[in-house]
Amino acid sequence: MSHPDTWQRPPFISNPVLRWAVYLGVIVYVGWTLVTLPIDWGRVAEGLVRAQRIFGGAFPPSFERSGLLIDGFLESLKIAVLATAGGVLLSIPIAFMAARNIAPRPVFYLGRAIVIVARSFHPVIVAIIFVKAVGFGPFAGVLTLIVYSIGFVAKMLAERIEEIDFGQVEAMRAAGAPYFSTLAYAIFPQIMPRQIGLTIYQLDSNLRASAVVGIVGAGGIGATLANAFGRYDYDFALAITMVIVAAILLSEGVSGWIRKRL
Amino acid sequence: MLKITDLVKRYGGGDPVLKDLGLTIEGESVVSIIGSSGAGKSTLLRCINRLVEPTSGSIVLNGTELTRLRGRHLREARRKIGMVFQSFNLVDRLTVMENVQSGRLGYISTWAAIMRRYPKDDIRRAYELMERVGIAHYANKRADELSGGERQRVGVVRALMQKPEILLADEPTASLDPKTSEQIMGLLRDLSRELKLPVLINIHNVHEAREYTDRIVGMRYGRIIFDDAPGALDQEAMDRIYSGSPAADRADGLRQAS
Amino acid sequence: MTLAEMGRDDWARFTLRQRMQRYAVFAACALAVAWALGSIEIIWAWVWDAPVQMGDLFARMYPPDPTNLGTILRVLWETVNIATIATAFAVILALPVAYLAAQNTTPNQATLWLGRLILVTSRSVNTIIWALLFVAIFGPGIIAGIVAIMFRSIGFVGKLLGEAIEEIDKRPVEALEATGASRFKVIAYAIVPQVMPTFWAVAILRWDINLRESTVLGLVGAGGIGIILQGAIDTFNWREAAMVLLAILALVILGEIVSAWLRRRII
Repeated sequence: MSHPDTWQRPPFISNPVLRWAVYLGVIVYVGWTLVTLPIDWGRVAEGLVRAQRIFGGAFPPSFERSGLLIDGFLESLKIAVLATAGGVLLSIPIAFMAARNIAPRPVFYLGRAIVIVARSFHPVIVAIIFVKAVGFGPFAGVLTLIVYSIGFVAKMLAERIEEIDFGQVEAMRAAGAPYFSTLAYAIFPQIMPRQIGLTIYQLDSNLRASAVVGIVGAGGIGATLANAFGRYDYDFALAITMVIVAAILLSEGVSGWIRKRL
Repeated sequence: MLKITDLVKRYGGGDPVLKDLGLTIEGESVVSIIGSSGAGKSTLLRCINRLVEPTSGSIVLNGTELTRLRGRHLREARRKIGMVFQSFNLVDRLTVMENVQSGRLGYISTWAAIMRRYPKDDIRRAYELMERVGIAHYANKRADELSGGERQRVGVVRALMQKPEILLADEPTASLDPKTSEQIMGLLRDLSRELKLPVLINIHNVHEAREYTDRIVGMRYGRIIFDDAPGALDQEAMDRIYSGSPAADRADGLRQAS
Repeated sequence: MTLAEMGRDDWARFTLRQRMQRYAVFAACALAVAWALGSIEIIWAWVWDAPVQMGDLFARMYPPDPTNLGTILRVLWETVNIATIATAFAVILALPVAYLAAQNTTPNQATLWLGRLILVTSRSVNTIIWALLFVAIFGPGIIAGIVAIMFRSIGFVGKLLGEAIEEIDKRPVEALEATGASRFKVIAYAIVPQVMPTFWAVAILRWDINLRESTVLGLVGAGGIGIILQGAIDTFNWREAAMVLLAILALVILGEIVSAWLRRRII
């Protein structure tokens, strides 16, 4: 009895034409994009010298203007707190609007649209628009991060609401409870744990994001960082970056710890 | 020939799991090791291919001292020792053929392994063995699509692909239903005869040990306290091996012994 | 004795202690908000004026101006390329980092800490801050953007992959070690196949995120659609800015659809 002596692993895409088309497509795409990248090698070489100068200038980090640093950081913290409070409060009604099982169809579409728009734009873009509309400073930052919070919290909350046990709602309705009592007794208890977890998580994200939106003028430590970079104070910029990194690690640790204990 | 002398294994500072253990296996016999949980059966098997590091003692397989091998020499020695596991230990997301060929990994180049370009001889041998155990038609299936008995057959073929000089089986049937379990035991016995291969099996099921193996070794608290033909395993020997062990375990053993 | 006499006509959901704890948490939250509100440097007149200003801005954006749509779409394509190329490189570079940062594969303690250090550095610095740095080094342009996104993504992908490596089923690894296979082959046969699904899932997820991030690189000069947006805003060409925003919205939604499709197909 003879046995085959060759074996081929079954390919991931069984249709050979399609398979080769996909391979070829990927190769052509990657090759073409890499070749057409406008790389100015002279500039890159120059950049390496420049990198040396930047890192040389950045060490040792300078904490001389620590007053400025602390002010910037506190402002970021305030922005994050206010944006979380505002964002989470606004997220609750929007989440109800965006939950398929609760909201009437037109309201549902409106809610979903708000969530999608809030999620799609990077906070920096939102920040630029708010800076133009309401002027430089922390207020624009707060507004930006409220939008950012809605994008995340309302989406997650809406998904949670869609998963709730509807039997409890029916029981309330059967007992003749009015609309808001139904909300309070049958829906809030089911979404509350998730809501608290989301809020803490969002406070953490907002703190991260507030360091960034400042770069385009929306206040906080990001503004301090952008200024330091603009004035070639690389040692101060490094100090700021180190503080941001430390704060983020700390807040990540704390928020993870609290959420684990909930 | 496998010759174990004065084998000691101690985890941390506690009581040793294996105490000055000696065991010799000659020829192509099927040997089963019985004993209650914690007697040290699994540790003994894993000391032989050094998945567990022995504390002291000597293990000699066909003239090679295994306990002092390092790195490449250890890997070369391991190729000669096949092992079958309780939970099959297959790579679920790979095909049956890849799992089977992974028994040859010690022999083929890294490039061939990554590109799945197995030598013709290995592929032919894999088909032969898979046909022998009845899984040849699954060659291109993913391992997680198979049933328990079929998965253990893949495990057996993987071990045999190594062309081992001895086959170790650690509770090979404990995850299987009774009928499949008997089939696998029968298969191990038949393969041992066909391939002239000594087989060392850890087993909980005393009935299967009597039925399918040539020699039974009873372990208790890290020592061998019984070593004889299945016929000699009487009630008194059973009591010595299992006494004082958890009640359920003991009742089970007694029932199967009678 | 009636129920009322036993004090059973009163019911509260929480014990006194629980209630106190809840009040304490509420009070702490309220205090934090009050502190932030009280001390933040906001000109309140601007706040009351904000709705009018926003309305005014949106009025000036309408209708969006499609005259430069050709350029916008071309640069949008460039933005996609930045995200894709950067994700591809980051995913490849993240492999060795994940290998170092996973407890069960890393060669020794020193390499474990090296791996973790790389992950933490990469993850805690935002893409935009990386971009600021690389624009300073490479000068304005796509390269700075690609490198910035790469640097941020390595940490993200590496962390999730490292966790996946730590969570694999260790039994096949034991089995292959028992066959006498070398370390590298054990990784290729027992670890890689188990991590593949996570690898693809993380790569797709990060690509989706990078698509969003690459839309803002231009604001610090690192290439992509952000440059056009910044230009339009700086010249108060609000109708074109609206067009760019719509294009970004379409891109992000399309990206989400594509990544959902890929996830279904590959995993």
